[in-house]
Amino acid sequence: MHTQAQPVGGPLFTRGYMVLLALAAIGIALTIWRFAVGLGAATGLSDGYPLGIWIALDVVTGTALACGGYAVALVVYIFNKGNYHPLIRPAILTSALGYTIAGASVAIDLGRPWNMWKIPTYFWSWNLNSSLLEVALCIMAYVFVLWIELSPAFMEKWSVDGPPILKTWSQRLLPILNKALIWIIALGMLLPTMHQSSLGSLMMLAGPKLHPLWLTGWLPLLFLMSCLAMGYAMVVFESAFSSKTFGRKPDLPMLINLQKIAAWGGLVFIAVRIADLAYSGNLRYATTLDLYGTMFWIENVLWILPLAMMLATPRPGLGSLFRGAMVVALAGALYRFDTYLVAFQPGPGWHYFPSVPEMFISFGLISIELAIYVAVVKRFPILAGMSSAR
Amino acid sequence: MSTDRRAFFKNFAAAAATLTVLPTVAETRAKKTAPSDAVGMLYDTTKCVGCKACVVACKEENKLPADTDGYGQGLYDSPDSMNQYTKNIIQLYKDGDAQSFVKKQCMHCVDPACVGACMLGALEKGKFGVVSYDVSKCVGCRYCETVCPFNVPKFQWAKVAPKIVKCELCKDRLAAGKEPACTAVCPRKAVIYGKYTDLLQEAHQRLRDNPGKYVNKVYGEHELGGTQVLYLSHIEFEKLGFRFKQDESVPHLQQSVSHGIYKGFVGPIALYGLLGAVMFRNRGNSDKES
Repeated sequence: MHTQAQPVGGPLFTRGYMVLLALAAIGIALTIWRFAVGLGAATGLSDGYPLGIWIALDVVTGTALACGGYAVALVVYIFNKGNYHPLIRPAILTSALGYTIAGASVAIDLGRPWNMWKIPTYFWSWNLNSSLLEVALCIMAYVFVLWIELSPAFMEKWSVDGPPILKTWSQRLLPILNKALIWIIALGMLLPTMHQSSLGSLMMLAGPKLHPLWLTGWLPLLFLMSCLAMGYAMVVFESAFSSKTFGRKPDLPMLINLQKIAAWGGLVFIAVRIADLAYSGNLRYATTLDLYGTMFWIENVLWILPLAMMLATPRPGLGSLFRGAMVVALAGALYRFDTYLVAFQPGPGWHYFPSVPEMFISFGLISIELAIYVAVVKRFPILAGMSSAR
Repeated sequence: MSTDRRAFFKNFAAAAATLTVLPTVAETRAKKTAPSDAVGMLYDTTKCVGCKACVVACKEENKLPADTDGYGQGLYDSPDSMNQYTKNIIQLYKDGDAQSFVKKQCMHCVDPACVGACMLGALEKGKFGVVSYDVSKCVGCRYCETVCPFNVPKFQWAKVAPKIVKCELCKDRLAAGKEPACTAVCPRKAVIYGKYTDLLQEAHQRLRDNPGKYVNKVYGEHELGGTQVLYLSHIEFEKLGFRFKQDESVPHLQQSVSHGIYKGFVGPIALYGLLGAVMFRNRGNSDKES
């Protein structure tokens, strides 16, 4: 795999970067404290709401936003559009970081994380009915696959100017890796198809505790479609962001095409969702504008808005693309967040609002992700395009 | 380009076809029935006087600490519902003259959502159909709590090494040929222990012998796929906190769909092959730079 990707270069420890590091440090300190005092004291969780933002936001929404690698790989390798190749590396990097952070979030959320190693190894105990087992195994495998997919970026640099050991190994491994990469990338498309749909199956098991506007046998398909739309949107979002921040020249027509997929995907998503609700008769719940009916319509408006924006401005500039992509990401994020928290009805008397430490642990995780992203693109060949080297 | 497009649509059509077949496959999951050695409990609201002897007996048998968080400012063990210290509870429903006590504990579902959820089978339906818990296989994910339609499994929120707390029908006592602690102490026989089929028969006998005394239904006979703990009541079950009356078990929908997708793992393997094959055919092209 040859790329024209180049390190961005420039100083790392800018003022913004120091803020990220501070938030990361707070998050790490709070995480240590969480393990000292237990989940009850550290979070707003309860027996009624046993899953909170660490799952609904950092895992369920976070991994979908990290589906850029999956989404672009489909375009490049399956739709056979080789010219989109320069978008792959940054997308894989955000995916690898997003999924790794989601894994960390799970470890913080689990009551007995020291038993985590049993999930992949106690295969005789596997409950094959459990969507959560499928999600857990797939995500563990996918994190591994993503870092392998990304490893040529590191090896390309090390094989030229790395420390001697890394240099020899990089030179030796790179050709082998490039040959095997096709089957690893195929795995990198299979695994998200499986676990992103299973994230939908997971809430099917909440059954009657999930509001009927969200509970459907099509949850796996809806979750799969939402993660793809969010994946394309995030690639657009990111490209727009790095062109502003790092002075990269974006390939506008390419980004417009990706945003088009995301926007039309939003329409398909709503069509499937509403057709299913009409068929099951549960669409009647959408006529009451209570919390649920209202959230349902907000989600739908957010899903349709990017297409309206696209049709209103057929030749959008970078700013307008950026806004459109943000709306797609928001639509998908809200749909997923609602399915896990807002539409979940544990019964009368239960309430959930995340505690302050709970939120700051989430912020900390996101800050770590951003900090590593910035450090890697500045030092390793990830981003393509002309650099104005700041 | 046109061949690429044709191939793409062909792949897409295949995927769409797979997804359309799903609902048909979904119908094939058979309804689960109680195991042949199933035991259970039958609770009768008209016999219970709310003495809470069963609550105390449960705490003693399971060595559960007193819950002094609630009323009584630390003086009394006063849980108001099942919680991390309480596997069994007597609650009171009162609305004017209408009132009823109600006993809550694990329902020992015939087709339990928690067992379907649990990754490594820490929650398992074992001997006598009892839903039991093995902490060595538990990672503390709390997915069982999320899916239980009766909100039974509870989590030790205050502990650094938390476990799930739930009624296991005194499985050690059952193994020793004894009955559960709660039924053993009940002075009014408001809750009785027995073989599942015998209890069902007894419940229907009481309904026949006392027309008009009860709501004409044995809760748990059909609800949520059936539960091994059965209820007779003179007050509507919704008012006693039994929110759901659907006959379909909770895992039925999810397992029907998931089994459809993952049957024999053929789908994922086929998809992997397909992805690899398409990529192999496209090789070279995807490496080209624009």
